[in-house]
Amino acid sequence: MAKERSIPAPLTNPETEPFWAAAREGRFLLRACTACGRAHWYPRAVCPFCMSEKTEWREASGRGEIYSVSVMKRAPEVYAVAYVTLEEGPTMMTNIVDCDFDALAIGQAVALTWRPTQGDGPPYPQFKPA
Amino acid sequence: MTIKGKAYIAGAFEHPTRLARDKSVAQLHAECALGALRDAGLTKEDVDGYFCAGDAPGLGPLAMADYMNLTLRHLDSTDVGGCSYIAHVAHAAEAIAMGKCRVALITLAGRPRSEGHSGAVPRVRGADAPDTQWEFPTGVATVNAYAMCAARHMHQYGTTAEQLAWIKVAASHHAQWNEHAMLRDVITVEQVVGSPLIATPLHRLDCCVVSDGGGALVVVAPEIAHSLKRPLVKVLGAGESMKGQMGGAVDLTYSAAVRSGPAAFAEAGVTPKDIKYASVYDSFTITVLIQLEDLGFCEKGQGGRFVADGNLISGTGKLPWNTDGGGLCNNHPANRGGITKVIEAVRQLRGEAHPKVQVPNCDLALAHGTGGLLGSRHGAATLIMERE
Repeated sequence: MAKERSIPAPLTNPETEPFWAAAREGRFLLRACTACGRAHWYPRAVCPFCMSEKTEWREASGRGEIYSVSVMKRAPEVYAVAYVTLEEGPTMMTNIVDCDFDALAIGQAVALTWRPTQGDGPPYPQFKPA
Repeated sequence: MTIKGKAYIAGAFEHPTRLARDKSVAQLHAECALGALRDAGLTKEDVDGYFCAGDAPGLGPLAMADYMNLTLRHLDSTDVGGCSYIAHVAHAAEAIAMGKCRVALITLAGRPRSEGHSGAVPRVRGADAPDTQWEFPTGVATVNAYAMCAARHMHQYGTTAEQLAWIKVAASHHAQWNEHAMLRDVITVEQVVGSPLIATPLHRLDCCVVSDGGGALVVVAPEIAHSLKRPLVKVLGAGESMKGQMGGAVDLTYSAAVRSGPAAFAEAGVTPKDIKYASVYDSFTITVLIQLEDLGFCEKGQGGRFVADGNLISGTGKLPWNTDGGGLCNNHPANRGGITKVIEAVRQLRGEAHPKVQVPNCDLALAHGTGGLLGSRHGAATLIMERE
């Protein structure tokens, strides 16, 4: 397999720190609203659907399917940027790794995998074929 | 309240440079301003409103207004990416209609080609932006963000690489007549789909050029427009909007033009069928296809069929489009293509486009653009203009 791209560390903030702390323990969290019941992405303290402040972290399955994908050929290390629709509903921007880039397809089932980031940054959530 | 008929575009100027190693960005802004004011028959002393976007050097409009030593009573630095300058025309018309200014100057300039910036390299769009920590680590750049829209559109509607290629082919047919265009060779669908893949499914020739340069516009009150010697280009209607990821309910198959377009058509009192010429932002071929659908030039999902077989080529197709060669072949100054869209529409309405691409009796034109990333969050601005 070709050399993998080095991943920049996410610049976390107080609103999102619990997500990245859980990531260091290998747990994938989604933010969901207890007022309207919907999970969203990316995680916010204020619900993007009903604007309620009654949001909470919920552990997610890490299962989903590819909504769209593009393989970046013009880069030192070829990589795939994608949107993955999670089993819990939201669609998130991420990468597809551990795969044959030429075989990736919209609708393909994928599962979460964590990748280290630069320095001592938290691991970053990516997906691989399920 | 409406801006319909309340303002006119009296001056338009596209900087002829495409590589400006020996100039500063501020200098390019000022050269564009001078060009547009000369075109209108006005001077710096006539300007009382100034518009630029957030990419201009310095804080908002302050540094550039000071560089040019303008005396102002209206300033606006709305930044919605590359389509900002289309929105600026509407905002200038609003300010003029409200009596806040009478002569509004809009400038754009940049030198991404000299500085080596391209859309293939990921960059942080504000370290404090709430999306940055989630998205920057993915390596999302400009080209692969738009490529995901293309991949999804192909999947959902059966759009093909060959259909997208026709958009570049149409641009090349127009650019051959533009002495300033970066890519003047007429090309074929086969050449586009045979060019290297940059970010699947987009090829190198699905992408716009990277160019230095800029442009400027002068928007004026009706009584000033009528006192000048230039053909009268009247603002009829405008609309703007944005679209993002909708909390995770992502849909990459349509753009914010579904809102900005109908608003502009309603204000102007015209329909897509009435439009004689359209400038539609062409950062990539897919950008054009999705926007044409959303503006109502064809049904959603039918964009591929609509653009195929030369339908966007002036003199051949039903919708003459980007007759300067657009961003795909002519010019994409500062990686922001909004102002050149308005400039070519003004040329068409004045009858001053190149004779080989001039639309006969062009009395109604549209300029539309997208700013930011179609694949994550973007602005949209639509402008409809009429020759009086």
